[in-house]
Amino acid sequence: MTVHAEVEDLLRGLAPQVLGVLVRRYGRFDVCEDAVQEALLAAAVQWPEQAVPENPRAWLLTVASRRVADELRSDRARRRREEAAMSRLPSDALVAPAPGDEHLPGKDDTLTLFFLCAHPALSPASQVALTLRAVGGISTAEVARAFLVPEATIAQRISRGKHSIKASGIPFSLPAQSERAERLRVVLQVLYLIFNEGYTASSGPELQRSELTAEAIRLTRELRRLLSEDGEVAGLLALMLLTEARRTARTRPDGSLVPLAEQDRSLWDQELIREGLTLVTDALTRKALGPYQLQAAIAAVHAEAARAEDTDWPQILGLYELLERISPNPMVTLNRAVAVAMVRGPQAGLRLLETLDDDERVADHHRLHAVRAHLLEMAGDHGAARESYAAAARRTLSLTEQRYLEARAARLVDEQWTSDSAGERS
Amino acid sequence: MKYIELIHNNPAAWQALSQAERDEHNRDADDFLERLVESGELVGGAVVLAHPSNAKTVRVRDGVPAVTDGPFAEGKEHLAGYYVLECESMERATEIATQNPSARYFAVEVRPIMHWGGADL
Repeated sequence: MTVHAEVEDLLRGLAPQVLGVLVRRYGRFDVCEDAVQEALLAAAVQWPEQAVPENPRAWLLTVASRRVADELRSDRARRRREEAAMSRLPSDALVAPAPGDEHLPGKDDTLTLFFLCAHPALSPASQVALTLRAVGGISTAEVARAFLVPEATIAQRISRGKHSIKASGIPFSLPAQSERAERLRVVLQVLYLIFNEGYTASSGPELQRSELTAEAIRLTRELRRLLSEDGEVAGLLALMLLTEARRTARTRPDGSLVPLAEQDRSLWDQELIREGLTLVTDALTRKALGPYQLQAAIAAVHAEAARAEDTDWPQILGLYELLERISPNPMVTLNRAVAVAMVRGPQAGLRLLETLDDDERVADHHRLHAVRAHLLEMAGDHGAARESYAAAARRTLSLTEQRYLEARAARLVDEQWTSDSAGERS
Repeated sequence: MKYIELIHNNPAAWQALSQAERDEHNRDADDFLERLVESGELVGGAVVLAHPSNAKTVRVRDGVPAVTDGPFAEGKEHLAGYYVLECESMERATEIATQNPSARYFAVEVRPIMHWGGADL
């Protein structure tokens, strides 16, 4: 690891702790968060050149506190010019630590930050950007690069997020026990979104986005450290690890997608798989069942098959049935149809797909047409399969998927041509 | 999801508006873009194209380039400008288009932009 990478790791870990202390001391999440970012930037420049201070956390706290104090003072000066009454406040009243604010450094504060950044009053785009910055310690410029949008756009999403927090008067404290489960669901969703944004990027212009999966995994590990008893946190982490394990096998050097059944499984990362398997096995045997654990369990069954043909499809089907029962959703039905086809044959899978034709949430979705195309191909109906591949290719918004679907359709045309001409010859 | 919103208009129809109407349109267009910047949804573009009489159209056939005067699309309507959004859904992108003052006089076309990502197959 280079000095820069080591410093970066150190800073990202410290960021939420320092922010937590500051917010307790000064209130004003928006001001404190900016100050921490400035302190992180200063450290990122100074530490690799000079030396990492003996107590890095204290260094960041000092630098960030100074910025907050400056900001509050100039804020106050501004207001003083406007309202003379404000000047009666003693100058140190705003910077003196509140009693008892240092007693729980780190743990609870970081957890509170996770909940705060994923507060339902914020838009999903703001939740994602703010979580990466305030909990992850990542700069606006880095978030913008990873999401392929201008820095100003991310800056705007962060400031809107902070504004919502301020306007809604959301306190810096853990949510009440009664809303914990629902609020945690949103936190996990934000982490899942970050992971997915990085994972589904396959090649070329979006290569750098693999950093997002690493960041999502790091943050989910941190959340698991804070909530080690929660089965869904463990399930989400396992799902990420088992999915990430397949990353190098899922694309060819030219960026085209390799379906699961055709992947070179020797490229799968066995260390990530081992960690994911341990996590999900433990969660499933000891904790309350949830959708992330079930999706991780399905990924685990795939991971355990040395060859595609060794896949335990009956077990996967059972898991999808369970998943559909606890969180019914047409996308789950779509995946269950694949498992049904693998266990009971393509016709059974196609019959299940028919039940989705009237469901407006997926009737026009490219995935429905793509899955139908695969099952029709399995059933030997190449004409209909080709039509479904073409229908899916028209609807997808991913160029990578579109190229894959067009190639599958073209392959069937070639095959048909070959068998037709063979027929003519006989 | 990223979307491009294409403003199609008709230069003759634009000229036919009263000065007060054109002023109002321009003011509303400025406000409209400012709101998109504030919402964090505008990610690119906000480009206004020159009058179609300034356009050239290029074709290469058998390696031989041919450059003709005028825009590619024939007819009275032409592409007058565009901007790129990142927002939650097609519904939201369409809602934004309805707030564009150009939609009052002309038409705004909303098109999803393709990306390189791909879900597992």
